[in-house]
Amino acid sequence: MTSVLEVEDLSIGYNSHLAVDKISFDVAEGDLLGIVGPNGAGKTTLFRAILGLQPYSGKIKLFGFEGSKYRSLLPLIGYVPQKVAFEPNFPATVYDIVSMGVISDKKLVKGAKLIQQCGCCWDRIYKKIGNNDDKITEALKTVGLKSLRNRRIGELSGGELQRVFIAKSLVKDPLLLILDEPVTSVDVESQAKFYNVIKKINEENNITIIWSSHDLDAISKYANRVACMNRKLFFHGGKEEFFSDEELLKTYTESSMQMHMHNHDGH
Amino acid sequence: MVIEALSYGFMQKALVSGIAVGLICSFMGTFLVLRRYSLFGDGIAHVAFGGVSVGLFLGVFPLWTAFIVSILGGLGLQKLRQSTQISGDSAVAVVLVSGLAIGVILVSSSGGFSVDLFSFLFGSILLISNEDTLMILAISAGIIATLTVMQKQFLHLTFNEEQAKIAGLPVTLLNYAFVILASITVVTSMRLVGILLISALIVIPNIAAMAFGKGFKKTVGISMSISVISVVSGILLSYYYNVAPSGTIVMIAVAILIAVLGARSAGLISKIEIKKQPQTTHNS
Repeated sequence: MTSVLEVEDLSIGYNSHLAVDKISFDVAEGDLLGIVGPNGAGKTTLFRAILGLQPYSGKIKLFGFEGSKYRSLLPLIGYVPQKVAFEPNFPATVYDIVSMGVISDKKLVKGAKLIQQCGCCWDRIYKKIGNNDDKITEALKTVGLKSLRNRRIGELSGGELQRVFIAKSLVKDPLLLILDEPVTSVDVESQAKFYNVIKKINEENNITIIWSSHDLDAISKYANRVACMNRKLFFHGGKEEFFSDEELLKTYTESSMQMHMHNHDGH
Repeated sequence: MVIEALSYGFMQKALVSGIAVGLICSFMGTFLVLRRYSLFGDGIAHVAFGGVSVGLFLGVFPLWTAFIVSILGGLGLQKLRQSTQISGDSAVAVVLVSGLAIGVILVSSSGGFSVDLFSFLFGSILLISNEDTLMILAISAGIIATLTVMQKQFLHLTFNEEQAKIAGLPVTLLNYAFVILASITVVTSMRLVGILLISALIVIPNIAAMAFGKGFKKTVGISMSISVISVVSGILLSYYYNVAPSGTIVMIAVAILIAVLGARSAGLISKIEIKKQPQTTHNS
């Protein structure tokens, strides 16, 4: 079976500093991969490389494709960053923002045909062809924000905003959804709602998800696979294996603590 | 009284052109204000002054040279921002003074200011010809059609450039298209309020419209309405009181802005409560 994403010997450097050092892993269809690692471990840098925003050495393949074919599939990746910077008074409603995620039927068909070349059947992309309003309503319903469709985005809470950005990704039924510490600025109650949405779209919509987080409890509860990195990849495998390896957990906790203290001293 | 004013050909042309200019300035202005390009109009208008001077100096129709020089100025401004990390307002300042300096040099070398130049500086909506009116209408229709078709892409770009890039939009190309459209809007609108007041029509109706706290389409609609009301009442009042239409239009727009902000403070327009999002550290 072809992997949705394959990363091989990926290195990313800033000047003489390596932010990501020769990491390799793959993500199978339907996976919910939790990536853990301390601040500065290179998680965001890794995501930016996958999204085509960051130069790198090594290989990144989407459904086995590299180069121009990879780039033509990029619009079919959904991405929710820690925080999207925008003008607080930006005159856009929830509907306006989610509609930005709609991509043309032409791009959807092109993506589906490309994926079929590698033997995968991607019928669900074809289902996304048609009425944009229906797609938006369906995405808002999935994240539980249908009633807020005409609310201005400046009036939303942090948790609601992040769910709006998930809906923005869902309107195109993404091949892969990348969530970069999506609940860092969200209160605990909203975090629970957010996690339920993630679980729902992974299980019911069969959307492959990569999700970075510091919340080990949430990762242990929702992810099926775990990757642990701190510039290098220390672990990649099933969550049971990760959480049963006390040595590994101790190393992760210590490196997180050291990085936290380093950041604290640095400020 | 209004019927009497409307019976004159010059008033009809002024009102038709004025409404067209009001619509394109407010529509384009929504994107410019949100992208923090509020003074872009001012910068390009000053570059247009250089362009008008080039036309007058060479004996070519000044509006054509203004179009060419302004588009080049707009593209230069965009390039300056992208490749040198100069902030938006500093880049506008550099382009603004360069355009003005070229204009001053050419004007001084051709024997000083002329009536033509004054009409570009302060606007001359009551003096425009049939050809000018047709040109303004054709260009305005083109700009409104383009902005309507490209609205989703420009809104995405305005909201967050990186998100637009991730969504597969050709961000660099869109930025250049945006700057060219904005430059054409400014030069087309110069005849109404003049180089010195053009940014007022771009900025003021939009600030007032955003105070209503509506979504994008409604905000554009409100902004266009404020702009058209200012232009029409400004032209009519200037006719009755025999004062400059450009200044009158701008002062009516300012009065509307003050009234809207006052109404909002008094609670007549629902205040938007912006929920402060906690500051987060950026990882990696």
